[in-house]
Amino acid sequence: MVDTVFAPWDDPNVAPLISFKNVTKRFGDFVAIDDLTLDIFEREFFALLGPSGCGKTTMMRLLAGFENPTSGSMLLSGHDIAGIPPNKRAVNMMFQSYALFPHLSVWENIAFGLRRDGVVKDVLNARVEEMLKLTRLEKFGRRKPHQISGGQRQRVALARSLAKAPKLLLLDEPLGALDKKLRQDTQFELMDIQEQTGTTFVIVTHDQEEAMTVASRVAVMDEGRIIQVATPEKIYEAPNSVYVADFIGDVNILTGPVKAAGVDTYSLDFGGTEPVTANSDRAFAEGETVHLAIRPEKIGIHAERPDGPNTVQGKVLDIAYLGNLSTYHVQLPNGQIIKAQTTNTRRISRRAFTWEDLVWISWSATAGVLLDQ
Amino acid sequence: MFGLVGAPQLAFCWINDLRRFVLIALPYFWLLALFLVPFVIVFKIALSDAALAIPPYMPTMKDGLSAMFLQLDFENFVFLTEDDLYWKAYLSSLRVAFISTVLTLLFGYPIAYAMARAPHEWRATLMMLIILPFWTSFLIRVYAWIGILSTEGLLNRFLFWIGAISEPLTILNTSTAVYIGIVYTYIPFMILPIYAALERLDASLIEAAEDLGCSRMKAFWLITIPLSKGGIVAGCFLVFIPALGEFVIPSLLGGSGTLMIGKVLFEEFFSNRDWPVASAVAVILLLILIVPIILFQRNEQRQQDAEG
Amino acid sequence: MNRLSPFNVVSLTFGFAFLYLPMLILVIYSFNKSKLVTVWAGFSTKWYGELLSNEAFLDAAWVTLKVAVISSSIATVLGTMAAYTLVRGGRFFGRTLFSGMIYAPLVMPEVITGLSLLLLFIGVGMDRGVMTIVLAHTTFSMCFVSVVVSSRLATFDRALEEAALDLGASPFEAFRLITLPIIAPAVVSGWLLAFTLSLDDLVIASFATGPSATTLPMKIWSSVRLGVSPEINALSSILIGLVASGVIIASLVSKRHSVRVQQEERAAERFEND
Repeated sequence: MVDTVFAPWDDPNVAPLISFKNVTKRFGDFVAIDDLTLDIFEREFFALLGPSGCGKTTMMRLLAGFENPTSGSMLLSGHDIAGIPPNKRAVNMMFQSYALFPHLSVWENIAFGLRRDGVVKDVLNARVEEMLKLTRLEKFGRRKPHQISGGQRQRVALARSLAKAPKLLLLDEPLGALDKKLRQDTQFELMDIQEQTGTTFVIVTHDQEEAMTVASRVAVMDEGRIIQVATPEKIYEAPNSVYVADFIGDVNILTGPVKAAGVDTYSLDFGGTEPVTANSDRAFAEGETVHLAIRPEKIGIHAERPDGPNTVQGKVLDIAYLGNLSTYHVQLPNGQIIKAQTTNTRRISRRAFTWEDLVWISWSATAGVLLDQ
Repeated sequence: MFGLVGAPQLAFCWINDLRRFVLIALPYFWLLALFLVPFVIVFKIALSDAALAIPPYMPTMKDGLSAMFLQLDFENFVFLTEDDLYWKAYLSSLRVAFISTVLTLLFGYPIAYAMARAPHEWRATLMMLIILPFWTSFLIRVYAWIGILSTEGLLNRFLFWIGAISEPLTILNTSTAVYIGIVYTYIPFMILPIYAALERLDASLIEAAEDLGCSRMKAFWLITIPLSKGGIVAGCFLVFIPALGEFVIPSLLGGSGTLMIGKVLFEEFFSNRDWPVASAVAVILLLILIVPIILFQRNEQRQQDAEG
Repeated sequence: MNRLSPFNVVSLTFGFAFLYLPMLILVIYSFNKSKLVTVWAGFSTKWYGELLSNEAFLDAAWVTLKVAVISSSIATVLGTMAAYTLVRGGRFFGRTLFSGMIYAPLVMPEVITGLSLLLLFIGVGMDRGVMTIVLAHTTFSMCFVSVVVSSRLATFDRALEEAALDLGASPFEAFRLITLPIIAPAVVSGWLLAFTLSLDDLVIASFATGPSATTLPMKIWSSVRLGVSPEINALSSILIGLVASGVIIASLVSKRHSVRVQQEERAAERFEND
């Protein structure tokens, strides 16, 4: 999905398209953005992910020019853009409500931005037609926004914001108003359009699946700060904190003091019958309290005790059958509940385990990540 | 800081600030000059002496602003308290406004209720029929009642014809005619807020109350009335406040028999040409009105808070 | 819910009869041949003829119309500006006073507004006539316009203006191209309201005018004080007819429009997977 060659953030010679340098935004006493530093590169599909009120929308409004930072600087292609009003920025935004002008036709909505720039008629016509084609709306140019469906409105909003070929396109919860099925189709459409136009996209979303699907990099935010910025794989497999691990997908957390147990290997006493071992690139002090985060699908479930380092016995408490997967909630002797996931590869196979069964769960030493916060 | 974008940026802001200033200042100064300043003048004149000149009060602006504000006296207010005409007029205005408000509520509520119960497709039409009279001339609507209520008017003829009376009733030029006039002209103000409250009322609440053992009547008292209270209160204020200062209705329908403060003010000003006393009457009317206006505002605020 | 109880039917019938019978009677008796308004003496349109040849009434009607058109137009501009300031203006010095001055005239007794304006006009030595009535009417009707327009602006999606700015429109262009067309229906009804308030006003005009200008309501007032006259009945019927047809046409147009929009929205949903 992600082009392995495309990783400008790892190349120190590439200048970022946007950089936030120690940006803080306060509304009265409320700190919406807290001393934030971040680079976004050209042609990136960058996702800002976080719960509501985490400051992701404020960041977007700062980029669009609707708000100005309280302190710090924001550079677009190396120029400070603080104080430039929204109508003078080479940045366009797709609004959460789409904000289509109800009294103008689809065609006129798309042409609006071009007209403001005084684009000559022929060029304008060609550009609008191009945009209609790109978003598969050729047949709907003469309709008014209330005469088209929700999915089409979303595409008009996208076409309108792309028409001026901005350096940067901001998308505020662009798929929030669509139902689930349509949303999934549209995600791929968005990615195609982003690739075709080569525009840098910054998307704000609270839907982690959406962020993982579309983005080249994801920034997980909380309370005005960025907790982690990384590719979707890194965010999922190597979260830097319990917050990120917990926010993206399902996770089991085992907490306790660690002891060194070989090269890059630690044993963690989480309060079970015996300690578990885990590999880690990061070093921890003897006796430091550390969290081990393991994804449910990395935990196996067995009737007999398997060979291997981390095996714990427990009792099946709950089974969630999801069709393609089954998640078992296994209660350990110390009371902690661990989620283990298995793939249902065979149709109508006899279920191996049922409620109250005693089972063994196990995982490898590399399955989880050790985190200090 | 002031790089390439600095200079045009500043000019842009300056033009915007100017636009914003004009946008705010134009209506602001208009209202200051034609609403607030006149009030200050009314207060001022209420506190000056009557004089046989034009303008018939002393001191005037020609005597200088300081003189205008320094030579204040409360004679006119003392005069108002001494002459019981004014007392009676204030009390009678309050009484007429209060009684007509109650009557408007009694007549308006059932209409609003029936409108809210009417089939959906009728409601817009019914609403329009309630608002329509408001667009037609107030003066004409009041005038229409003269022909109906007079001694040889249509109402008396009708009652005589059906044999209900043998002597014509005197309705015109009494308080009854004023009540009828006020109820007639202000009933849309009562119906609309009550209707708005009743329309929002979820019909399943009544069903739930009946399901829990209420009779129809009881459900109405315990559910419908309390939930439409906001509309009732708003409607009452919307009738009471303008009725208190009403001038046209008591003048046309009340005759000399009804004393109302709006009428007294008008006559004091145009017939007696006693401007200071007229201004003092206006000031006291305002003071009386402030209480219901503040209560009304608070009720509206509470409604909004409850919704938001 | 679907069937009205007899009690509801009775209250609606009586309610609307109460509201409309007096006006209906007025209209009927304007076609009465007799000079005595309460005695029916056969159909005639002679009072309309007399009305149309009455110079004084025609002059007053002309003054009234002039005042109403000018004052409601100025009031619409000022009232829309005031509404925009109140809803979008943010904080500025004296905002509370400003909103107080917008709402106060709505509940102010006309006698007080009229009296205070007259005292102002005399105080500054202004000649009273059409000009002063226009000033007076503009002042109170701009407040009504502002209330109508600001209730529309309050429900207006602010993202629309932001989208216009984002696409390169200046704030003024955003207002002219986006905000104004969308709130236009509210601005138009604000104008209509201001217009009818001005047409209708007796008390404030009586205070604000001088001997040079008499409005129609003032003319009606002075003849009504002498009792009912068939000429006034005819005049009233004309005014009622004009207003009623105007309002009915306006509401039919807006209803047709909203029905069409609804139908189109429903049709649009069927294209969902197009």
